[in-house]
Amino acid sequence: MKRIECLRAVYPQMEKRVVVTIMGAVAIELQSIGHRENFFYLQHAMGLASSIGLGLAVSLPEETIVVLDGDGSLLMNLGTLSTMALSGAGNIVHVVFDNQSYLSAGGSPTATSERADLEGVARASGIARTSSARSVEEFQTAFASALDSDKLTVLVAHVDTSGPSDWLTDLGLLENRFQFARYCQSLAK
Amino acid sequence: MRVSETNSRLLYQTMKACGIQVVSALPESWLVPVIRMIGEDPEMKLIRVAKEEEGVGISAGAHFAGKKSAMVIPNHGLLAAVNPIVSLAHLYKVPLMMFIAYRGTFGDTYPWHTPGGTVTEPLLQALRVPYTFLDSPGSLERRVRDAQELAAASLLPVALLLKHELMMEA
Repeated sequence: MKRIECLRAVYPQMEKRVVVTIMGAVAIELQSIGHRENFFYLQHAMGLASSIGLGLAVSLPEETIVVLDGDGSLLMNLGTLSTMALSGAGNIVHVVFDNQSYLSAGGSPTATSERADLEGVARASGIARTSSARSVEEFQTAFASALDSDKLTVLVAHVDTSGPSDWLTDLGLLENRFQFARYCQSLAK
Repeated sequence: MRVSETNSRLLYQTMKACGIQVVSALPESWLVPVIRMIGEDPEMKLIRVAKEEEGVGISAGAHFAGKKSAMVIPNHGLLAAVNPIVSLAHLYKVPLMMFIAYRGTFGDTYPWHTPGGTVTEPLLQALRVPYTFLDSPGSLERRVRDAQELAAASLLPVALLLKHELMMEA
């Protein structure tokens, strides 16, 4: 399955959610479907999208935070899984698009292309709910049940190693950041 | 030599008085009491991280949601968090309040801390991160408040270096 098909399938459910994505294909593809003020695209700082999600989750306990991560990014910050689990936050849906590749950095394979199993790492790190999806239908179902749950969820979506042809959009990084912060602060009131 | 419970409590009370609600922390011996006190306070959220760079992300998320936050880390943790200070806090203009145990300087008896002590201030200067020292109880609250003002005004990281004479009993 393609990542953009997964994003399209759950886009309606993300319309009113606080969403944090990593850089690269995830950011570009989500923007291509439609940017919203409640979407923040972390265009650097690989690995920290879920840490931002955790900071948001403890600050906005009434919201469910959606993090759209990738295998290369998560491998750079595996400690985030045990940190999230230890924090007690139940309001994060942490999606990991595993394409077995550092796609936006030239396409070299990641460790998941051989032996690493990120759902297994998440489970062993103490994440309350973990699942994997290999079809869009599976992904859609798992995402919906994660949103309905009040437990911390890691959902690994096994996607093709393919992505967009261009890595830039006309959305300024700071424009995105300030718009997103205003949205989050309107929820906090 | 023992870590000062009195000054650790003052530090915790100052953080609380300054409205800090979300704290990410990774302990080292000087920081154990203050982290314990934060963790025992139901009005503060302590997030125990596995590596200090997570704290930059956590503070960014808290800031976006309008909450005041802090990182409580040793200076080797600052070394470990250099990339996100640049690629998240600087890139996206995120204020960070970094409370940093300044190990490896005058009065520290442990040889393994000394290289980190030597590079801490040059590193902060290279990163263009303004810093000040927390070295006595009398100036603590004023310096923390001033640092918070600068971080908020500049939307950039600032560092508060916790010195031996504050953190350790004489």
